[in-house]
Amino acid sequence: MKLNSNLTAPLGGNNPVIVQILGICSALAVTVKLEPAVVMGLSVIFVTAFSNLVMSLLRNGIPSRIRIIVQLVVIATLVILVDQVLRAFAYDVSKQLSVYVGLIITNCIVMGRVEAYALGHKPWESFLDGVGNGLGYAMILVIVAFFRELFGSGTLFGIDIIARFGYVGNSLMLFPPMALIIVGCIIWVHRSFNKDLQEK
Amino acid sequence: MGLRKMVDKMKPTFSKGGKLGFLASTFDAFETFLFVPNTTTTKGAHIRDCNDMKRTMIVVVVALIPALLFGMYNVGYQVGMTGFSAFWFGFLKVLPIIVVSYVVGLAIEFGFAQSRGHEVNEGFLVTGLLIPMIMPVDVPLWIVALATAFAVVFGKEVFGGTGMNVFNPALLARAFAFFAYTPQMSGEKVWYACDAVSGATALESLSTTGELGVNAVSGESVSVCDAFLGFIPGSVGETSTLAILIGAAILLFTGVSSWRTMLSVFVGGFVMALVFNWIAPSIEIPADAAEDVAAGLASKKAFMSIAPYMHLIVGGFAFGAVFMATDPVTSAQTNTGKYIVGFMTGALAIVIRVCNPAYPEGMMLSILFMNALTPLVDYFVVERNMARRKRRIKTVK
Repeated sequence: MKLNSNLTAPLGGNNPVIVQILGICSALAVTVKLEPAVVMGLSVIFVTAFSNLVMSLLRNGIPSRIRIIVQLVVIATLVILVDQVLRAFAYDVSKQLSVYVGLIITNCIVMGRVEAYALGHKPWESFLDGVGNGLGYAMILVIVAFFRELFGSGTLFGIDIIARFGYVGNSLMLFPPMALIIVGCIIWVHRSFNKDLQEK
Repeated sequence: MGLRKMVDKMKPTFSKGGKLGFLASTFDAFETFLFVPNTTTTKGAHIRDCNDMKRTMIVVVVALIPALLFGMYNVGYQVGMTGFSAFWFGFLKVLPIIVVSYVVGLAIEFGFAQSRGHEVNEGFLVTGLLIPMIMPVDVPLWIVALATAFAVVFGKEVFGGTGMNVFNPALLARAFAFFAYTPQMSGEKVWYACDAVSGATALESLSTTGELGVNAVSGESVSVCDAFLGFIPGSVGETSTLAILIGAAILLFTGVSSWRTMLSVFVGGFVMALVFNWIAPSIEIPADAAEDVAAGLASKKAFMSIAPYMHLIVGGFAFGAVFMATDPVTSAQTNTGKYIVGFMTGALAIVIRVCNPAYPEGMMLSILFMNALTPLVDYFVVERNMARRKRRIKTVK
């Protein structure tokens, strides 16, 4: 039961992006099209899950004063792994994502989960927590990218959806400020369903 | 007062508990539109005045009328008509834009007021008229509708409605339309209500050649006097500096707008243009520069060295200074703040005009940018005042 909530809480009431407001920068940068957003989401799921797992395995062996360095080494290794795999097997997407794959290292969600959860919990729980938070992040990314690609270019995954009916692309959707506004709208909708999250 | 009696008779139906109680705020909006409400503020300091917000807004609408009427005439004039037929042609072109802007904006305002149970705010009376006046005449109506919706929802309602907005909603509508649909909002075609005629706005030709350009219909070059009177292509309401100044006189005479802001915007623009005049001669075009680079530099130099007053009479400078920068909600609240923000708005507008190659009109961006900084300026003005008074207390002791 508890393990399940590790996986599902970040999707709803404890979402890292729209509740904790973490990882916003990359959510603005990679959501112009759905494809890079999905790949970015998968990459972050991988990194959060395995950094949580590794750090949880190591947690009793690390002196707490050097833990940040160890975390960084682990996260950086995983990110480089992801980056290399993307370059090998999905070169086009990797070019679209450019530096943002490397910048997963600085994504607050990854470090935040390692610090706040993995260092104090068992490996399997930590792994699920990582997957859950990665999923929560990926979910928001996909929602934002869906609206931006649909209304910005009239396509989804590059397939013409409404542009063929004479839809004129809204180029503001392709600019990062609109992503911020969409994230704001998601927060708006989310809070209106979750009354306990509303600030007084 | 048959109307008053009718309204009174309908009131119980629309108040809480009545049959149509859920429409209370809509009813309230119409009632206060027709009659000055008989309620008074119950707490806080307040000034006794027969004016309420709806009456204040009406003054602004009245001040906008000269520029609007001239704008309509100019729409016809720019495609080669004169006299009443020019006005009628322009009227028929501009009216749909106004209708769309009001219908969409008010529908959203009423919707939000209903769902949140507060009264309908009257700010949109002005915004709804400002939006058509800062659009090119050939703008597709669906863009107007979308931009208005965006401005009302994200410019006003998310901040809590009229009086809470950080940014000027009308300018936000224009910024949205401009950045989202750049091809439909700029270029040579959109300033004329007829496909046969095309040409750059006076400001655009000024920025590329340093001259006001030629009248697209008559083929004669545009004089400074024409530009001041408004016989130049441009957004509907912005072309005639004279009509805008009449509006400014109305606003200042009734005390609705602050002369401090208005004046300091003009001063800021003038001073910044002088600064560019002073810099311009020192720009040297390298002899070995590529042809297009040299041409770019030459046009930049020409634009920098135009007389400062030219900046104030072409493009949206005067319109922005009189009707946008003085918006009582988004402009500075303190007197010192008004001087600072106004001056910076004017100066920044000229900087953007001259230094940004992609976009000759800087007034919109500069006002929006200064809107964001205004609370900060106000904060420091208030802090400084507090510090000064604290010092005074110490000296007395």
